[in-house]
Amino acid sequence: MSAWSFLIVAVIKIAVTLGVLLTVVAYTVWLERKVVGHIQNRWGPQRVGFFGLLQPLADGIKFLLKEDLTPPYVEKNIYLLAPALSLIMALTSIALVPIGPIVHLFGISTPVQITGVVDATGQSSDINVGLLIILGITSLGVYGIALAGWSSNSKYSLLGSLRASAQMMSYEVSLGLSLVGVLIMSGTLSLGGIVKGQLGTWFGVIPQWYIFRWQFVAFFIYMMSAFAETNRIPFDLPEAETELVAGYHTEYSAMKFAMFFMAEYANMVTVACLASVMFLGGWSGPPMHFLPAVVQAFLPLVWFSSKIFFFLFLYIWIRGTLPRFRYDQLMAFGWKFLFPLALANVVITAFFVAWRA
Amino acid sequence: MHQFLFLLFGAFCVGGAINLLVQKKTINSALSLIVVMGSLALIYLLLGAEFVAVVQVIIYAGAIMVLYVFVIMLLNAGKEEEVQGSHVAKIFGIPGLFSGGIIGIWVLLQHRPDDKLLPIGAMYGPADKVGELLFTKYLLAFEVTSILVLIAIMGAVVLTRRSRS
Repeated sequence: MSAWSFLIVAVIKIAVTLGVLLTVVAYTVWLERKVVGHIQNRWGPQRVGFFGLLQPLADGIKFLLKEDLTPPYVEKNIYLLAPALSLIMALTSIALVPIGPIVHLFGISTPVQITGVVDATGQSSDINVGLLIILGITSLGVYGIALAGWSSNSKYSLLGSLRASAQMMSYEVSLGLSLVGVLIMSGTLSLGGIVKGQLGTWFGVIPQWYIFRWQFVAFFIYMMSAFAETNRIPFDLPEAETELVAGYHTEYSAMKFAMFFMAEYANMVTVACLASVMFLGGWSGPPMHFLPAVVQAFLPLVWFSSKIFFFLFLYIWIRGTLPRFRYDQLMAFGWKFLFPLALANVVITAFFVAWRA
Repeated sequence: MHQFLFLLFGAFCVGGAINLLVQKKTINSALSLIVVMGSLALIYLLLGAEFVAVVQVIIYAGAIMVLYVFVIMLLNAGKEEEVQGSHVAKIFGIPGLFSGGIIGIWVLLQHRPDDKLLPIGAMYGPADKVGELLFTKYLLAFEVTSILVLIAIMGAVVLTRRSRS
């Protein structure tokens, strides 16, 4: 592949992935309002468009047209930097996620993954440390929230961002450790390689996903830490509206608030992508040989997006179901329960892998 | 291309380091240090040591600097205090820096292997090779370091423990 076609393919992949991600973010907000509405015996948005489907568009226009207020007491440079930082970190990590296998279009074959290429042997390959890069970007995402709270120069914001950064730092430990079990079994840090390790099936039906290969404890640890990482209910202490108004983004309005909002939902999507890649086989699924070849070509994307949809729905479902933790309960749960459990999972997995080798 | 990228990230790195010293507000200094760490990681990435680059980002930018920012937020540290500074530093500081820098560059130029820049990916260091080395060749150093870290953790626990009276 020449340098120019490589560049063009990369730009197209980035544009399409970013477009899809932003659309998913917008419609997750719609889905959340709709589903939480039905859980609470309301209708949710229904006036703008059919089923309220144009609501995200209306919200976007509203955010753009609102007065962009900058309070006089803020630390201006950092105040402006924080939402941008948050959103950039949230949108970057999707680049590492393998969304589908190799596609052949117009004589060019490339995997559906921004950082993936086709190597000399015709196999897809991606960056060797993809998972670590995602974890690194996630850990940088703390800055957006911490700086937003600090620079706002307000008590609610500061308390919210202190809570958020302490919580994200604590739960990052269990989140990282819960993935180690899968890494021991797969033997690679590349996300494409991890998906390839889960392609087979048992009896031709049950896919060999890591969640079915004794990593389900790790899966639950991951999901709980992921809820805390993305500041979602039941761990949404940083923006607990009964105590802190709106937490770290209290002083933000219009598009700057919308950037935090989009960052939160984009983070939800990334965490869901990572969960499906690490535990649920990414774009792989049970084989469906009875379907025509044209439909089979689209199956990986269908599998991947239905897994993402499942996780997003789970987020919303739990939001409509569970109350909020107390802050000391949250910290105790993270450090005294999830962390030892994740460590035990690592040790047991390592023992079994060594025993079977 | 490689030279251009190296110069770009090197400039970021040096600029961030100078900004770190010049800034009066602690939080700005901390942010400049993050820029320094980030550009260092990118230079590692240019060398092909992707694992080292990512570890640099996760540990320094993602963990240690977050703690710095956290402490600055907790203490609400404001502007630094102005002091007179020593006369010796005022007179000899900048000439000394320049002459030291020139001597350093001269020594490095004498000892470099050849004129060529390392191509991208010259120092191939994937994570599994690093792990293998850690658990075979450098096992003693690795274990000693982990005991050191363990002692530090225990020290932190002892220092922060509330007395049960």
